[in-house]
Amino acid sequence: MKNPEPENFGAHSRRTFLKSLGTVAATAATAQVQSVAAELEKANAEKVIGPNAVPVTLKVNGEKLKLMLEPRVTLLDALRNYSSLTGAKDGCDRAVCGACTVLLGDTPVYSCQKLAIEAQGDEITTVEGLAKNEKLTKVQQAFLDQDALQCGYCTPGFVMSVTALLKKNPRPNANDVKHACAGNFCRCGTHPRILQAALKAAGVETASKTEVIDYV
Amino acid sequence: MSNWPAETKYISHSTARIDAPAKLTGQARYSSDIQANGWFYGMILRSKWPAAKILSVNLEAALKIPGIKAAVTVKDFPQTIRFYGEEIAAVAGTSKQACLDALRVIEVKAEPRHEFVVKEDNARKENSPSVWEGAANASAPHVREQGSVDTAFPECAAVIEGFYTTPVQIHHPMETHGNTVSWTDEGVTAWASTQGISSVRDGLAGALKLDHSKVRVITEYMGGGFGAKFGAGVEGVLAAKLSREAKAPVRLMLTRFDEALAVGNRPSSFQKIKIGATADGTLHAFEMENYGTAGIGAGGDSGGGGGGADIPAPYIYKVPNTRVKQSHVAVNAGSARAFRAPGNPPASYGMESAMDDLAVKLGMDPLELRLKNDPSEIRQREYKLGAEKFGWKQKYQKPGSSPGVVKTGIGCAGAAWPAGGASKSTQGEAQINPDGSIEFRLGVQDIGTGTRTVIAVVAAEILGLKPEQITVRVGDTNFPPGPGSGGSTTCASISPTVFDVCTKALEQLQTQTGIPDAHGENWFAACKKLGVSPLVVHGQWQQGLSADHACGVQFAEVEVDTETGLVTVKRILGVHDCGLIVNKITLESQINGGIIMGMGYALYEERVMDALSGVVLNPNFETYKLPGIADVPDIEIVLINMPERGVIGIGEPATVPTAGAIANAVANAIGVRVSSLPITPAKILAALGKVPPPVNA
Repeated sequence: MKNPEPENFGAHSRRTFLKSLGTVAATAATAQVQSVAAELEKANAEKVIGPNAVPVTLKVNGEKLKLMLEPRVTLLDALRNYSSLTGAKDGCDRAVCGACTVLLGDTPVYSCQKLAIEAQGDEITTVEGLAKNEKLTKVQQAFLDQDALQCGYCTPGFVMSVTALLKKNPRPNANDVKHACAGNFCRCGTHPRILQAALKAAGVETASKTEVIDYV
Repeated sequence: MSNWPAETKYISHSTARIDAPAKLTGQARYSSDIQANGWFYGMILRSKWPAAKILSVNLEAALKIPGIKAAVTVKDFPQTIRFYGEEIAAVAGTSKQACLDALRVIEVKAEPRHEFVVKEDNARKENSPSVWEGAANASAPHVREQGSVDTAFPECAAVIEGFYTTPVQIHHPMETHGNTVSWTDEGVTAWASTQGISSVRDGLAGALKLDHSKVRVITEYMGGGFGAKFGAGVEGVLAAKLSREAKAPVRLMLTRFDEALAVGNRPSSFQKIKIGATADGTLHAFEMENYGTAGIGAGGDSGGGGGGADIPAPYIYKVPNTRVKQSHVAVNAGSARAFRAPGNPPASYGMESAMDDLAVKLGMDPLELRLKNDPSEIRQREYKLGAEKFGWKQKYQKPGSSPGVVKTGIGCAGAAWPAGGASKSTQGEAQINPDGSIEFRLGVQDIGTGTRTVIAVVAAEILGLKPEQITVRVGDTNFPPGPGSGGSTTCASISPTVFDVCTKALEQLQTQTGIPDAHGENWFAACKKLGVSPLVVHGQWQQGLSADHACGVQFAEVEVDTETGLVTVKRILGVHDCGLIVNKITLESQINGGIIMGMGYALYEERVMDALSGVVLNPNFETYKLPGIADVPDIEIVLINMPERGVIGIGEPATVPTAGAIANAVANAIGVRVSSLPITPAKILAALGKVPPPVNA
């Protein structure tokens, strides 16, 4: 789910792509080895950043956040530990559980897998940036109404994934919601309620399936 | 008999979680979010050997890493390591990166011990390496006997034997274990991710040799526990020691990797069951031999409540002739801890599987066999109500008779939660201000069940106010003591306590103000008459408002693809009772959660150990599979309302019967029994004879 849509790959230049391949690309036995090596050499000849802290400017929830960070600090680490934005949670730190989900533009990403320096220039939205003037968004309100949270630790991630889904597809069906939330884990077992909340936020009411029967 | 009001406005209705806005906007500060003034990051060095003697640890190089402020060892040396992942040392520094660098340069001189054992079957062998020096890995069997099994089996019309096994399951709360600890001359403050602030306080005080009064534990929000987060933990003590040395608060949260190694799990079970019935289906004889591992903690059973490997048998049934032999097997792996309904899900799975296998032998409908033998009147009623709603009669087909490649099947199973009840020492207080605002303070914590909301609902009901008018503060050992969130006792402990506080508040308001009934619309007038001093009222748990012993039954419908082996759960119906329903919407969430966790146990979850290296092979979420949103079926709930019993907890009974019901549905679909959890595609295909059975490495 966290893979950006194909058009978003345009945001990454060939150069940054090659850079991220590192030396693996250089040893790849392909017909393009020569050109890859040449481009890598060019890329690596650029100024080395770090290993000490460097100034990093992030645009989070519409505000500029100026930080001094080692280049290896992830976006999640930067938000949680170098600013007071602890809404995105650290559940696995390896791109599986989705508790750290934030939006880059309109795209949900695992902030634990993005270096903070690479997120410079992006419009970053965290769960703290959704409600304006203390008014919950439709998604947040639907989560509240449907009790789509228990311990709440996974909740910011789910809220961001559902928010991103509704931006892209305002009338999702149940399968769309399941697909959009496939990269988010919940251990309390709130999934049915999250599904209902997402649909409710999109204007689709689901009926409660609970029946109360008096014993006596 | 219960003193709860008969007509209610909030109790038994649905009030949205009062802390939902904080959790939904990222404002809620979990223990792992605490940024105490000048805090440092903490991290643990763990053993890479499953068994070793650590001769010495040199922390000097670590202390030279830029940003590192403290480094400590867990023990004096030599230290005996008994499992992969056991804690050796810890560092604190200005960043996670500095800590990672420091852990890499800690010099550990060790003698790895090549004799270790991580598999239960191997550990039981006589020549197996001892996990604990000089002690056998397998404990002497604990034997319980009633009637005469040996004469009873020949009297049975039908007898089946089966070997039902369950894996080690890992709690994996979304927030890992950990704390931020500040240790100054005044004492220790720990912001702990815990389900027991009092037990953490006592544990820290004991380990640090401090008076209880010098240790304060705060847990405003925490991200799940499921039984694994009661104690201070090695990580809590290390954070305190690091804080002492660094002279600053230290936040030490475990990694997801750590969670799989050292902070608890549900013991495995290997249940050899023989069960017989007379021709009419009456259970007559039952014999079980069971062993399981609680890791290195296998020797220490605590009566099924603390994570021992014993399970209740023959579980919810009464059989006149029984013989049960159980033993614990120590292996070189992290110790078990209490895990949601300790002992019960494996017991339910084993016994309910055997019941269905017996029903096949008897040619009976498995639901009929249960109705014939279940001694609980409540469960009898639940089975009948559930069967009708589920459409059991219309859906039930003989095992294996579903046509086609994708076969459907149904199954059911029952639960009991004999613990529960209340912590009778629970106390609470409320401060009533002259402006009519009221704040409740209870030394309990909310593990996600909606504890704050329950307090607000009960208070609003008794005082005649609205839940949003009630301020609730929990999660601080400076408040009057409350229960640990375990044993499904929290709701039954705090609801009567809040009832008592409210009753006393109304009495005292009457005495002090002369207004005969301060409740409801008179509230603000009465409070105003308090003048300038707020009224603080103490209360405690009272008899007659809560009970114990919840039941519950579940029905499952599955589809099994006989070509791929994939099981899809299509539908679960849970019929549960928990006395007086306090807040319906959060109660339903807990039942959903129990069922989904039970699905994980049935189909996906298993800690995999490597016999050759002694390591946990799947210490992450990629390879330790949890149910996701696409796996979760339609869940329907029937709540049996029994207000006359008072409040009873639900968290544990809801997860007990799910695996048994799913396993039975799978057996009903394909006509053969997969007698080992989790029911993976490989095991399905093996049971169908399409692939060789999986090899237990």
